Amino acid sequence: MDLQIFALLTQDGITNGAVYALLALALVLVFTVTRVIWIPSGEFVAYGTLTLAGLQLGKPPGTVGLLVGMAVVASAMEVVACARRGEPERIPRQIALWAGIPIATAGLAWWLATPSLPFWAQILVTLALVTAMGPLLYRIAYQPLAEASVLVLLIVSVAVHLTLTGLGLWFFGAEGSRTPAFASGSFDLGGVNISIQSLLVVGTSVAMIAALYFFFGRTLYGKALRATALNRVGARLVGIAPNLAGSLTFALATLLCAFSGVLIGPFTTIYYDSGFLVSLKGFVGAIIGGLVSYPLAAAGALLVGLIEAFASYWASGFKEVIVFTLIIPVLLWRSLTTHQHEEEE
Amino acid sequence: MNDRKLLPKLVGALAVAAAGFALSAQADINVGVTLSATGPAASLGIPEKNTIELLPTTIGGQKINWIVLDDGSDTTKAVTNTKKLISEDKVDVIVGSTITPNSLAMIDVVAEAETPMISMAASARIVDPANPKTKWVFKTPQNDALMADAIAVHMKATGVKTMGYIGFNDAYGEGWLGEMKRSAQTAGIKIVAEEKYNRNDASVTGQVLKIVAANPDAVLIGAAGTPGATPQKELVARNYKGKIYQTHGVGNNDFLRVVGKDGNGTILPIGPMLVYEQLPDSNPLKKSAAEYIGKYEAKYGKGSRSTFGGHAWDSYMLLSVAIPEALKKANPGTKEFRAALRDALENVKELVASHGVYTMSPTEHNGLDNRARTMVKIDNGKWVLAK
Repeated sequence: MDLQIFALLTQDGITNGAVYALLALALVLVFTVTRVIWIPSGEFVAYGTLTLAGLQLGKPPGTVGLLVGMAVVASAMEVVACARRGEPERIPRQIALWAGIPIATAGLAWWLATPSLPFWAQILVTLALVTAMGPLLYRIAYQPLAEASVLVLLIVSVAVHLTLTGLGLWFFGAEGSRTPAFASGSFDLGGVNISIQSLLVVGTSVAMIAALYFFFGRTLYGKALRATALNRVGARLVGIAPNLAGSLTFALATLLCAFSGVLIGPFTTIYYDSGFLVSLKGFVGAIIGGLVSYPLAAAGALLVGLIEAFASYWASGFKEVIVFTLIIPVLLWRSLTTHQHEEEE
Repeated sequence: MNDRKLLPKLVGALAVAAAGFALSAQADINVGVTLSATGPAASLGIPEKNTIELLPTTIGGQKINWIVLDDGSDTTKAVTNTKKLISEDKVDVIVGSTITPNSLAMIDVVAEAETPMISMAASARIVDPANPKTKWVFKTPQNDALMADAIAVHMKATGVKTMGYIGFNDAYGEGWLGEMKRSAQTAGIKIVAEEKYNRNDASVTGQVLKIVAANPDAVLIGAAGTPGATPQKELVARNYKGKIYQTHGVGNNDFLRVVGKDGNGTILPIGPMLVYEQLPDSNPLKKSAAEYIGKYEAKYGKGSRSTFGGHAWDSYMLLSVAIPEALKKANPGTKEFRAALRDALENVKELVASHGVYTMSPTEHNGLDNRARTMVKIDNGKWVLAK
């Protein structure tokens, strides 16, 4: 191994690590606010890439149909909930909120999906389409069980993951897609070739991490979200609506996932079921951060990316084994160094 | 209406229904199909399923019931499907599954039930003549060995001395590596790098850097479907200047779409059906492939052809000549019919189907020869017959 190869592998590792970091952040975000271990995050990565690839072909992507379907289910659930509570006067407003906004988004995407749409607009449409699914997913799958234990929520996540993978096959087909790079070209830095695309990926990730860190640490609203995570009843008593917090968290998290999908698309071919492995690597990063710390989770994800890059050079057959074995010493270290606070059930 | 009157009527209706069912069961031939229309092999299984939908519902004047089940690319599910088809649907023959691990696992079940099976998976081990159980098993796709030989011959003819290999970290990639090692040795070509990757890997930079560092004259990518494009694009991005070979696993237009301009100049062995328009008129496959692809593209759109669907079509072609023979000896739904069908399949001679010409024998249950392969080149997003 010479310096050139070392530099290329490091660059590859950091680029992938930056994408995993976004996923790790989404996982930490969802877990801290809703206590959901969000296994289906990877599906939204795949949806992000495949939606963008569909728009590239100038056709309305499969996500449009999926979004409309989810909106119909969510608004039906909302109507039933209003009727049960004896508040029929709220029904029109709820329909407008749960069906109107997503279907309007889907309609806009349908109308915009022509070959002449510029690339940046395609990315915006992709992000809008996928992000709109987040709150709907929360409403359909998690909100009715929001008070349940972490274990129940985990099992729901597994079910949601399998359902979304199946829907992905239905809406996008079995074949994979790639998307074009944001920027071609590269420059030399001390004899090492650095591609602009990699820099963009890393830069965006760092910006996102900083924004989240600021949001949760310094703003009232971020603190409110954290309070909801700690004690739903208490948060409600001081005037925080837990369902709103959940919906917003899921919107933010799906946005992060869709963004990872857009970033990873130019590097590799993404299939309807590719997301799971990507999200597992983000999960290893999130575990290193103890599922609470954003900077530690991001650092962990970066480490996963680097180990993966070097493992694929030295022992490509055992790459996944090496990456996932990493979680064992981390878990040992965490269980020895942190004092466990038993969650009250 | 009182209960005493109702009961005899019900019994009568049931008896009529049962008699009707028994009659129709005796008259029809049931073909059980298990294929991988979902899961990792979905891009192979879906064209096969589409092809089954095109098939006629009578052969030799007998009604055929195609009973299609999905095994989700899962070995256990494939075995369960096979058992269900045999015990509940009383099928006379099994077609499937799409992939090698599933097909290997199904052999024990069909051998025990003495039901013939036609696999649509690639590995030669499925019909290994050394195993007494494979007496009941046939398969339509070309053996990997046949294709690996074609690559080695092409490499030798174009002056390749060293090659690198990057393939799937699974049965497909391992199988190809094994066959390629054997063929390369025969041709005097040295394998200087062996790398593995997964279909869902975010990056193959590490593996490709290692291959480029070894600097072989040619690289073979052992992958099926669009994932084959990932190492190819990386090789091009790393300025690899040698030849790039792919396997026949990438033979569909989705691969061309994903690999884009980085695919230019890639060479692979494939069933001639993919480029049937470019075959000389003297080639018998031109007409038979045109018949199948014409039907397929009429229903699923122009350019939708895939070589995998051809394997399902060829299973039907085998049955279309074997079933009339078996009908002369026994009635469908009986043990004797299944045995007669097996014998008839083994006696198929010079059957011109979509992928090649089948000639079966007791030691040869694949039956394809050199006519079932041709070298093609990717040229500006098109498959072109190579010289």
